[in-house]
Amino acid sequence: MTARQPSDTNSAANATGSVPVFRVRGLTKVYRMGEVPVHALRGVDLDVAEREFIVILGPSGSGKSTLLNILGGLDVPTEGRVFYREQELTRASERELTAYRRHAVGFVFQFYNLIPSLTARENVELVTDITERPMDPDDALRLVGLGERLDHFPAQLSGGEQQRVAIARAIAKNPDVLLCDEPTGALDISTGIVVLEALERINREIGTTTMIITHNAAIASMADRVLRLADGRIAEVIVNADRRPARELSW
Amino acid sequence: MRPLTRKLWRDVLAQRGPAAAIALVIGSGIALYVLMVSCFWSLERTRETYYERYRFADVFARLERAPQRLEREIAAIPGVARVRTRVVRDVALDVPDLEEAATARMISIPARRRPMLCDVFLRAGRYVEPGETDEVLVSEEFAAAHGLGPGDTIHAVIGGSRRPLRIVGLALTPEYVYTIRPGDVLPDSRRFAIVFMERRRLAAALSMEGGFNDVVLRLSPTADRKEVIRRLDDLLEPYGGRGAIPRRLQMSHWYLENELDGLRKFGRTIPVVFLVVAAFLLHVVMSRLVSVQREQIAQLKAIGYSNRDLALHYAGWSLVVAALGAAFGLAAGAWFGAKMTSMYAEFFHFPLLEYHLPPRVIVEALAVGAAAALLGGQAAVRRAVRLPPAEAMRPEPPRVYRRSVLERAGLGGWLSPATRITVRSLERTLGRTTITVFGISAGAALLIGGTFTLDGMDAMLDLQFNVAQRYDALVTFYLPASPRAIEEIAGLPGVIRAEGFRTVAARFRHRHRLRHGVLTGLEPGARLRQIVSSRGRRVPLPARGVLMSAKLAEVLGIRPGEALEVEVLEGRRPRLRLPVAGLVDEPLGTEVYISRDELHALLDEPRVLSGAHVLLDAAGAPRFHRRLKNTPMVAGVVLSEAAIRSFEDTLERTVGIVRTFNVMFAVIIAFGVVYNAARISLAERARDLATLRVIGFRRREIAEILLGELAIVTLLAIPFGLAGGWLMAWIVVRAYDTELFRMPLVILPRTYATAVIAVLVAAVLSGAAVRRKLQRLDLIAVLKTRE
Repeated sequence: MTARQPSDTNSAANATGSVPVFRVRGLTKVYRMGEVPVHALRGVDLDVAEREFIVILGPSGSGKSTLLNILGGLDVPTEGRVFYREQELTRASERELTAYRRHAVGFVFQFYNLIPSLTARENVELVTDITERPMDPDDALRLVGLGERLDHFPAQLSGGEQQRVAIARAIAKNPDVLLCDEPTGALDISTGIVVLEALERINREIGTTTMIITHNAAIASMADRVLRLADGRIAEVIVNADRRPARELSW
Repeated sequence: MRPLTRKLWRDVLAQRGPAAAIALVIGSGIALYVLMVSCFWSLERTRETYYERYRFADVFARLERAPQRLEREIAAIPGVARVRTRVVRDVALDVPDLEEAATARMISIPARRRPMLCDVFLRAGRYVEPGETDEVLVSEEFAAAHGLGPGDTIHAVIGGSRRPLRIVGLALTPEYVYTIRPGDVLPDSRRFAIVFMERRRLAAALSMEGGFNDVVLRLSPTADRKEVIRRLDDLLEPYGGRGAIPRRLQMSHWYLENELDGLRKFGRTIPVVFLVVAAFLLHVVMSRLVSVQREQIAQLKAIGYSNRDLALHYAGWSLVVAALGAAFGLAAGAWFGAKMTSMYAEFFHFPLLEYHLPPRVIVEALAVGAAAALLGGQAAVRRAVRLPPAEAMRPEPPRVYRRSVLERAGLGGWLSPATRITVRSLERTLGRTTITVFGISAGAALLIGGTFTLDGMDAMLDLQFNVAQRYDALVTFYLPASPRAIEEIAGLPGVIRAEGFRTVAARFRHRHRLRHGVLTGLEPGARLRQIVSSRGRRVPLPARGVLMSAKLAEVLGIRPGEALEVEVLEGRRPRLRLPVAGLVDEPLGTEVYISRDELHALLDEPRVLSGAHVLLDAAGAPRFHRRLKNTPMVAGVVLSEAAIRSFEDTLERTVGIVRTFNVMFAVIIAFGVVYNAARISLAERARDLATLRVIGFRRREIAEILLGELAIVTLLAIPFGLAGGWLMAWIVVRAYDTELFRMPLVILPRTYATAVIAVLVAAVLSGAAVRRKLQRLDLIAVLKTRE
């Protein structure tokens, strides 16, 4: 394990030779939890390269989700600047952020967040209906291995299946980036691996830049780069020369 | 404060929107209850006191003329406690500021003031005193209508000569709480006066010295009323008795009773609708509360709180809401009740109409509100109690959905995914959707039921004055006039057409049932007075037999083809059996019509006239009235036009208030229902909506999903509301189906339109309120938590 300075992080990203998808500078976020100010992020610098697969590790309260939410346009920082390619997200209006989420970002959450009143295919259609160059919903579901369960409602699917529908929904818009917050957190090992395989395949085949938050250090070996957050800062960056296939992971 | 109590307050505060909306609905129900019932008690108590203090009589009889000594025989009838004989006569009255003659009912009073039956209350001035001029007391509302007071003089044509009458006092009497001139259908205080004059003077002017033509009785508590009336009729028959009537059928009393009856009936039914809707809303909101607080309930049970504690805690929630509603309802009800009571003073003339809110009504209102609250909350409370702690710790199982009816019917392809969300969730929560639709439609229905009366009234007046009574003036004679009189009237200035008619007082009988009334003889070809059913159909006069009001036929239990017994109470007083040739459902009164020729033949009399219907040209009308004002044979002139105008003025003022209540409460109920429905779906769907926002749906797009649901429910409710409104109108019409009048079931498009608009406004307001909440939807918090 090698600890590096944030400036080295940049060069590491640039070393891959592509244009950064995200450029983050001096990102700070202070929440007020009632009377108490909580420093979720204390000056984070980060570049994310195209097609990169990043795993973010760290204990609860280290600022992982806050970082991801700000990158995804769900939250705004207290200080610092965030660029998505040419666009400065930290200056975007609510309307622009919505458009950004709509066309560029795919989200996957721990608790799937499917619409219970819509079938698997309809949950995906929800997205393909509103984006400019979507995939065919059936293709998206086949990509996550759910070609057979298109017409099932969430209540008729297992947890892993629901999470794969959520992934299909996230990728069906052909997003530029895929942001996953604890995608396997509510799943058992074997199901979790199926879900990770889906993410891996999408990153490999479509080239979607992917960032995954997890508590599970075992997942780290499938990433191009691992960021370890502690106390609102990037405490450590690990670059894997070889990514392990998800199939071989165990925990 | 105990922690659970504190939690209760905070829960209510956290849900203040829905809590306030439900409290408003409960409050509206309570307000209507308090309003109507307190109005009822105010009128009732005032009436009782007035009747008692001013000795309202129990039996009333009119006759042609009897000698004074008969009074002692009447007093001797067993059961009679007190007797007052009087001289009463309607005469033409000349007031300076009225073009046409008004009618005065002259009533004799003793020379010295002493307690008597149907006593007078002196509002201003003094009692009459002997002297050179004729002193009179005049009914207060007539004096007020003309700006007259003690010291002013009016002129009356009494017994053929014009006499000045000096007003010395303004009076009221329990006999004329509601005053309506004979022959009129609407009250008109400008044209009908009650005038009290010293007996000997009045008798002298009318050549009634030593006699009387009117008698009123007070009965002892144990008296057999029917028997007294029978014996009184027997005694009066040789003197032209017109048939005695019990208090129940006395005109003023009857109208008052009718109104009280309406208040009593509606005061106990309409609020129920509100309370039922409120109970449903409470049920929905509390069920949601209990399911959200599932884990808290489990925790509390695990800590050791008993089921009873929890039951009280959750029942407390609905009771707090009910208490808020009751506070609002009592205040609003008392305020509107006082307003409405003072409005009644326009129609009913009491010395003092004081608003009275009996403590009983307050207690009842509170009890009813609490009952609605407990009823609405009981299912949720039971669920909270029944939850086993271990099970409750686990989250609720996921909601199960399926394709909606529309999609199963093959229409799915038409629906976007967003629309499917709406349609499926409406269908999944069918019970709640039904309650919402019911609640909104109840709002619309109440609005229609509460405001259509104006349409019915308009239709009734239109029918009465533009189709049935097309004359401008109704001239009545003191005594039957010779046929030549019609030519004289026709020859008066301004008269376009005059048609004579003949009426006689009569008693109608079928088997044991009996009613007093008037047998009206009309020309079959009469154009100024036609017989018209409440649906506007003209009914021709039969060649033989009588055409009678359907309501009277119902009261007497008689059918067409059967024979009606008619006891004529004038002249030779023949007893006739006349076939009922047909029925007509007129909106007003209980008339019996016959062809004039047949009536003359039956009475064995020449073609004499009781009066004439006259059509005037506008330019000549003033001269016509001036001439008639001083014509001794004319007892009175009734103007249709004027009657409508004065009544409509009063209606405008009074119905306006009632309309305001109705619209207000109906909007509250619609708002309360839509708002709650919206809040609940927002709460249940917050997660879905947040997900959609994260995916990239715009605020407007998710608002459309949520508000689309409201729109569907509102639009669905409108047809039910309109149908319900018709039903309520029908109930109101049935409730007011009396011998005095029957309101036609007419609902104009504008009434339906008002109801629809009010519901839409309520829906838009609640939509806007919920939309504001939607703007503040916290995407991250919603997504990070497990449902």
